[in-house]
Amino acid sequence: MSEGWIIGLTVLLPVIGAMAVLLLRNAPNAREAATLVAGGATFWNVWGLLRLVQDGARPRLDLLEVVPGVHLAFEVEPLGMVFALVASFLWPVTSLYAIGYMRGHHEENQTRFYFFFAIAIAGALGVAFSANLFTLFVFYEFLTFCTFPLVTHHQTEEAKRSGRIYLGILLTTSVGLQLVAIIGTWVLAGTLDFRTGGILAGTASTGLLSGILVLYVYGVGKAALMPFHRWLPAAMVAPTPVSALLHAVAVVKAGVFTVLKIAVYVFGIDLLQTLATTSWLAWAAAATIILGSLVAFQKDNLKARLAYSTISQLSYIVLGAMLANDLGIIGGGMHIAMHAFGKITLFFAAGAIMVAAHEKKISRMHGLGRTMPFTFGAFFVGSLSIIGLPPAGGSWSKWFLGMGTLEADQYGLLAVLMLSSLLGLYYLIEVPVKAFFFAPPEDAHHGEGIKEAPLPSLIAIGITATATVAFFVWPDLWYDLMTMVVGGAP
Amino acid sequence: MSQNLPALLVVVPLLLAPLAALSGRAKIAWGIATAACWWTLYAAISLLLRVQESGVIRYSLGGWEPPYGIEYRIDLASAFVALIVAAIGAVTIPYAGTSIAKEVSEDRAPLFYTAWILMLAGLLGIAITGDVFNVFVFLEISSLSAYSMIALGQDRRALTSTFQYLIMGSVGATFIVIGIGLMYVMTGTLNMVDLAERLPMVESNRTIPVAFTFLTVGITLKLALFPLHLWLPNAYTYAPSAVTAFMASTSTKVSVYLLLRFFFTIFGEVFSFEQMRLNMVLMPLALIAILAISLVAIYEVNVKRMLAFSSVAQIGYMVLGISFGTVLGVTAGIIHLFNHALMKGALFMAMGCVMYRIGSVQLDKMAGLGKAMPWTMAAFVGAGLSLIGVPLTVGFVSKWYLVQAALAEGQWFVAGVVMVGSLMALIYIWKVVEVAYFQEPDPDHEIIEAPLSMLIPTWVLVIASFWFGIDATTTATVATQAAETLLGAMP
Repeated sequence: MSEGWIIGLTVLLPVIGAMAVLLLRNAPNAREAATLVAGGATFWNVWGLLRLVQDGARPRLDLLEVVPGVHLAFEVEPLGMVFALVASFLWPVTSLYAIGYMRGHHEENQTRFYFFFAIAIAGALGVAFSANLFTLFVFYEFLTFCTFPLVTHHQTEEAKRSGRIYLGILLTTSVGLQLVAIIGTWVLAGTLDFRTGGILAGTASTGLLSGILVLYVYGVGKAALMPFHRWLPAAMVAPTPVSALLHAVAVVKAGVFTVLKIAVYVFGIDLLQTLATTSWLAWAAAATIILGSLVAFQKDNLKARLAYSTISQLSYIVLGAMLANDLGIIGGGMHIAMHAFGKITLFFAAGAIMVAAHEKKISRMHGLGRTMPFTFGAFFVGSLSIIGLPPAGGSWSKWFLGMGTLEADQYGLLAVLMLSSLLGLYYLIEVPVKAFFFAPPEDAHHGEGIKEAPLPSLIAIGITATATVAFFVWPDLWYDLMTMVVGGAP
Repeated sequence: MSQNLPALLVVVPLLLAPLAALSGRAKIAWGIATAACWWTLYAAISLLLRVQESGVIRYSLGGWEPPYGIEYRIDLASAFVALIVAAIGAVTIPYAGTSIAKEVSEDRAPLFYTAWILMLAGLLGIAITGDVFNVFVFLEISSLSAYSMIALGQDRRALTSTFQYLIMGSVGATFIVIGIGLMYVMTGTLNMVDLAERLPMVESNRTIPVAFTFLTVGITLKLALFPLHLWLPNAYTYAPSAVTAFMASTSTKVSVYLLLRFFFTIFGEVFSFEQMRLNMVLMPLALIAILAISLVAIYEVNVKRMLAFSSVAQIGYMVLGISFGTVLGVTAGIIHLFNHALMKGALFMAMGCVMYRIGSVQLDKMAGLGKAMPWTMAAFVGAGLSLIGVPLTVGFVSKWYLVQAALAEGQWFVAGVVMVGSLMALIYIWKVVEVAYFQEPDPDHEIIEAPLSMLIPTWVLVIASFWFGIDATTTATVATQAAETLLGAMP
């Protein structure tokens, strides 16, 4: 089998998995097994592609020509590999978690849930492997639509309202801003391919290119740069596995991945440095970092707090891209992986608390740590990674981002990073600390019949929490891939 | 026979029409109509292939050479439009068999199918004729048959809307014939090629701009460009379902073709755009159509009517493309002719299925239809995605070319309006989706899926709207060539 078709197969495997889920809808155990097998096979394929990419190969698959000159095509390069690895590894893990969660929580329409979940992963992989802006846009929109049934899973009035916000903001930005920028790029550059060094340099005045950059960065609504962030908290009405994988990993990372990809392969770092709006956008990202943290501070609902924390953390990656230097890009790319593992651990823990103790509010979790020590322990590890403290992987990405701000002579931005970490220290660590050391509220029934979350969920939490620590000791995989992106030797 | 194919394309349905009227039985009349539709599809495909292979076909009717006789003149644009009309006819006629049996009484059905065939013949005639007076004749044939078909709608309001359409359509036709008459007075010819040659010689005479103006108003009325669209929403809403699907996908498209034919081939883009400043008129009207009429569609609760308003907005896109007066813009207009025919046809047909089962297309009656009629509503969503312009649907291809045409002219504002328009389409399509999928069905009524004879044609168009969105190279190439022919000098 040629290398190109491995890519095709990798993107197709989740779809095959989805079909299997549909066929096995009357046998829940076989259905979940199908998801896990498809997930394992997908990751195995991505791992195989990783070996090729590490050896410097760039496997490519041309599917078809959609309109003259515009192709639907895949190409695997290191940055896409980072995203694909994260998404494909965490999919089977989340499926494992979902088995415990969905059954423990007695959710309805589980077949539809697993079906669209698998389809969404295909969309995420399509984004990761896209060879040009058009393909990227196709899968970006695909991802929006196939996650809609997941967000509105409960089909309640609240779900419908959230679905409107979700679709409304994501499509407004992507169609209204991003697509205009893409077509503008096509008119100016005559190509949409991702190329090292970019395709836009010298095609138009810096003023126009600065404008296009703004259209792109705000047009990628999935990156949740304020004021286009409202869809993310709205999406939290979904079942927790959706929030965990899609709204901490696949969908939001597709957004920041797109920003990084456009920065590196459409504009190119050299061009970015000359544009007036680059530093302006870096400050917009900085503002989102701080504001997101401040809002997270005030949320008593755990999932809402995590959502705003995600908004804040996503802007780290946008900031990394807009620093327009190698260190910023490396830090941003690594943060895709580090934040993914950390944040998914937090969401897993939040879901576990909901299943086991039926609590959503932080103020009602006091004392829960004594009955659910494993869950809150994992939450603590995940928090460390998000804040950027050793011994968790997040410290590396933040390190490089900090170095990037120094290289760009932006001491103000460095201060923003510091301040945000301090805020994170408070609003995340507060949860396990209160759970372990505070007395339970008087009307709570903690301890009566509450045990840890279902076993499959605990295994999943264990895997992601361990990985978070492991990436502190061995961050080489991500670092090497990102060095290849900025043109250094692996 | 193949040599006479251009004539037969129109003559065969014209001959079959009286047979359908005389048959006296709905089933037989339907069979004759089906034969007519499938014949024209075959003929239109052969003609398009022949034009692509060997260039413009010129055919003198009855062997009378122009300027004495009528000439049929088929270039790529004509063949493409003829194919759209024939293809939509061929897809909607099996659908009509089932839906008309329910909506039109048995004794009137043969006359209904007669009108159907006549309308088909008229629309095809407009597309391929090379004679401006012949255009007017065919336009009247198609319009009169359209009036009578709309009047057969179940709702009694169909009669008043027909009357409204009749009055406005006749005003439009009169304007067109006045314009043609003035051109004839000045040049002494009705043949399009001759007109194109002789008009520049008399261009300085005041009569020509007057003729141009009469034609512009007449044609824009026929194609329902804002603010001359008032006849369209009612006509589409109260016509029988199959007629709405057929008309929405063909008759306004043919009028857009006429616009192209008159402005580019006959008057030439230099006269139309530089002297008469046509773009100063068309572009603002198209932009207003996109924004204002989409807004009206958002607040509409009768889904057929909502789609009708959406059609007016979509016509805005076509006219907007044309108003750039560039190859890219005209390509966008032509490609949207085809693409919009597919998606709007599918949407109206899906609503016809709903009408067939529940007898209403009011939004509040459609609660829970996603469960009760899953295939119908899935077709609606599929075609709706196209209307929104989601990638890998035909709607995206249209948008791609239209925005490209705008940006190539440096019109970022216009590009923005196009995008706002598609987001507004998202709102009104999603309103239906929310009602159908998020509300519980009324437990008192047992609703079942529409019959296959209606679902299959609907899905043919839905699949086509994805097919030509995934592989748009064919349509894009034909549209580009057609635009180049229109903008180039007439051979």
